[in-house]
Amino acid sequence: MPKQKIVLIGNGMAGMRAIEEIKKLRPDDFDITVFGTEPYPNYNRIQLSKVLQGDTEVKDITLNEWSWYEENDILLYPGETVVKVDKKSQVVFTDKGREANYDYLILATGSNPFMLPLPGVDKEGVTAFRDIKDCEKMIEYSKKYKKAAVIGGGLLGLEAARGLLNLGMEVDVIHIADYLMERQLDREAGHMLQTELEKQGMNFLLEKQTVEIIGRNRVTGLRFSNGDRIKADLVVMAVGIKPNVSLALETDLEVNRGIVVNDFMETDTPNIFAVGECAEHNQMVYGLVAPLYEQGKALAKRICKLEDKGYKGSILSTQLKVSGVDVFSSGNIKEYDSMKTIKLKDDWRGTYKKITIENDHITGAVLFGDTREGNKLLSFIKKGVQIEEYLALGEQTESNESLVAEMPDDELICGCNGVTKGTIVQAIQTQGLSSVEQVKGCTNASRSCGTCKSLVSELLEYTLGDEYSETQQETICGCTTLSKDEVIAEIKEKGLTHTREVMNVLGWSTEEGCSKCRPALNYYLGMINPIDYKDERESRFVNERLHANIQNNGTYSVVPRMYGGVTNSEDLRKIADVADKYEVGMIKLTGGQRIDLLGVQKEDLPKIWADLGMASGHAYAKSVRTVKTCVGADFCRFGTQDSVGMGIQIERKFEGLNTPHKVKMGVSACPRNCAEGGVKDVGVVGLDGVWEIYVGGNGGVELRKAELLVKVKTQEEVLEYIGAFLQDYRENAKYLERTSAYVERVGINHIQEVLEDKQKRDALNQSMEIALSAVQEPWSEAIRNGTLLRDLYEKVKVSE
Amino acid sequence: MEQTLRRVLIGNKSDLPERLGKTVTIGTYELAIFKLASGEVRAIENRCPHKGGVLADGMVSGEYVFCPLHDWKISIVDGQVQKPDDGCVPSYKIEVKNDLVYVLLPE
Ligand SMILES: Cc1cc2nc3c(=O)[nH]c(=O)nc-3n(C[C@H](O)[C@H](O)[C@H](O)COP(=O)(O)OP(=O)(O)OC[C@H]3O[C@@H](n4cnc5c(N)ncnc54)[C@H](O)[C@@H]3O)c2cc1C
Ligand code: SF4
Ligand code: FES
Repeated sequence: MPKQKIVLIGNGMAGMRAIEEIKKLRPDDFDITVFGTEPYPNYNRIQLSKVLQGDTEVKDITLNEWSWYEENDILLYPGETVVKVDKKSQVVFTDKGREANYDYLILATGSNPFMLPLPGVDKEGVTAFRDIKDCEKMIEYSKKYKKAAVIGGGLLGLEAARGLLNLGMEVDVIHIADYLMERQLDREAGHMLQTELEKQGMNFLLEKQTVEIIGRNRVTGLRFSNGDRIKADLVVMAVGIKPNVSLALETDLEVNRGIVVNDFMETDTPNIFAVGECAEHNQMVYGLVAPLYEQGKALAKRICKLEDKGYKGSILSTQLKVSGVDVFSSGNIKEYDSMKTIKLKDDWRGTYKKITIENDHITGAVLFGDTREGNKLLSFIKKGVQIEEYLALGEQTESNESLVAEMPDDELICGCNGVTKGTIVQAIQTQGLSSVEQVKGCTNASRSCGTCKSLVSELLEYTLGDEYSETQQETICGCTTLSKDEVIAEIKEKGLTHTREVMNVLGWSTEEGCSKCRPALNYYLGMINPIDYKDERESRFVNERLHANIQNNGTYSVVPRMYGGVTNSEDLRKIADVADKYEVGMIKLTGGQRIDLLGVQKEDLPKIWADLGMASGHAYAKSVRTVKTCVGADFCRFGTQDSVGMGIQIERKFEGLNTPHKVKMGVSACPRNCAEGGVKDVGVVGLDGVWEIYVGGNGGVELRKAELLVKVKTQEEVLEYIGAFLQDYRENAKYLERTSAYVERVGINHIQEVLEDKQKRDALNQSMEIALSAVQEPWSEAIRNGTLLRDLYEKVKVSE
Repeated sequence: MEQTLRRVLIGNKSDLPERLGKTVTIGTYELAIFKLASGEVRAIENRCPHKGGVLADGMVSGEYVFCPLHDWKISIVDGQVQKPDDGCVPSYKIEVKNDLVYVLLPE
């Protein structure tokens, strides 16, 4: 029977969570197709605030990588918008002319930012704050201009304003009410918030109504209803959102404010569902993640035909993500005559707490300054706990050692993802987790807004006791609490010589480590002691253990070394013969100007190397790979230097060197840079009488332009500087840190400072020479050494 | 119903590399055989449940192997995939007598 087809419109937070829920329940039962207008895999929209504030980069907020879609057999069409739905024949149509049939259709089209219909709103320099594009636009603007105005003093506006301050702009926040976040806070808390943010440098214009955006083409300012004006080069509109229902309207679904759905997220048309900000449930449209995730669960159960009581609406809680200001609000916080409130204000500490009580039950809360009680209050509000119970609890724990200790197991830690304390504690205990990252991976807790990170961390501490070091620096992996620097220092100090010894002496939590720490330790040990350390092949990733590149079907590939990309007819003939004899699957030129023989059986590898009689290219190792060269002075009419000769010299010198990650190089002979040195770990450009050396470039996933390290006169100096740079990288980078990340982390200035010093340069080159002297060519060894051959390359065939 | 098993000799224990996998094919079976640091010998099917990675080429750590393709962590003892991933690889019983290694396969 063919699988049933699910089509999802909207690759955002709600839609993809619904798909994840379905995948959890019935991993293989559906063919899933996703259309998303935005050209990215789905990302954590919440964290755009953090991107703008500079704590996080766009690349770090992806929720599911491209590979995730692939691995889960989900067909994603990014950058493609569904423009029409044919309900009758159950087909959707896209702006790229594609059609897709569905058995179930999920609309998760989110919201559009609400743009005030002011004159001038379409001027250049006016933006919303909704997606990556907006975020990038603001960052872009901040580089050119100084003055920003944010219209809207709510959650989103304030987070945008904080970001713009961080980007070095002056910021005015214009708000129509007489205090900030008037929907989540009361006047008291609103004023405290304002004072705090003013201290941070924000300027507020309250009770102001904007009537015009001024400027010719580009915005230059704002005009208000009372005639006042202010200057502004950038205007961010953050006044609200409206559900994106245009497609639903065209499809003739029932739409009120949002697409009307029942408790199972079903619209009025069978087999069409809506979830997220575009949906309206029980007259409510939600603009926060936690409810959307609950909706996703209900929807998944229904599509998978599992019994469920459905979605019953959510109680909201919000938290402001601005560093230095803690604000929490949940439930109903408006005061009516029928209600009582508890208010505690501590001017000295700058904290405020308000709890609203209706018929003896807690129904809402506002916290300012200290929000640690937030999650507890939220769960009390959800359960409708009696105020006496809350107060009694408070007295018991006035001394308050650890908030998490007294939480009941069913209390929510991560509101966004609905993860309880019990779930997390259980995961920590049964899966041996020891870091927030691991808890995130295992339970989804803190995968969204991240405000519960500190609670998760407290839970780890409380569950693991002393084993958990609170500092939680970046450790090598989950097996240890030590960082790379600490491990290296210990290895040197204690004279450790084996990976297992390191693990043993330094108290690893696993006996034999994992696939992260083993290769790292193996590298560090070899880097520290290149002559005496015996490389541990069982701690090497397969590519480096076998010196050939594993392919997805278990075959391998061989790339014969071709210095500088130069070959000759004899080598080519040998390569061709080998390709015939071993029936290689494909012969392909690599991006680094080498020949790749793909689809080789593991058992054939040593024989191929023997027949070739050439070293293989380390085309797969954490090592110096290739030096790409341009045509150069001998042939090219622009060439000024012998780039080919220089490239060959570099490749021969550094071949076989172990490095923290792969190293790719390029040498060109004029600024046209045909060898593309600008995106290489080391790029050399020869000019008339000068060589320029660039470092830290990357043409891969994280595109990065190389930076100029130095200009030198002679070929010897080129080798000297490359040697010093590579050795500095070998000694100071983390294992698996590319030069691009390394240079970014320590700064090109720092590296220049080190290398400028002739003495330091010489010392680095000396260490480099020692490391190079220990390099062995592994291919002939594999051919000669019988044990190696048997252990690594032979397969056993038992005939029956 | 009791399942009948057959014993198949696959070689000498002393020939197996320690903390590395070995690919062994028997008829239609392709197994990954591991000699752990403890000296124990174990057998699981040589295909990762994720995308069919060759487990014999993975990195061995204690009683686990990390798939060489996408780093799933799989128990060599019972074939269970470790969290956060899910799945299971068939595992097979091993008997060692006088340095000879036998695997027990379903009839
Ligand atoms: C800066 C910022 C900070 C926030 N902070 C928080 C917070 O701290 N806590 C919190 O809970 N919430 C926060 N939110 C709100 C939260 O991000 C949203 O509630 C959530 O992303 C909504 O999910 P969704 O899937 O409904 O919509 P979206 O995530 O917007 O996804 C909808 C997607 O559908 C696509 N789409 C629309 N129409 C079509 C079509 N016809 N064809 C194909 N694709 C289409 C859109 O391009 C979009 O990518 C924040 C939002 C922003 C912008
Ligand atoms: S980089 Fe300059 S010298 Fe080298 S091939 Fe290109 S144009 Fe010619
Ligand atoms: S095939 Fe094994 S982890 Fe992907």
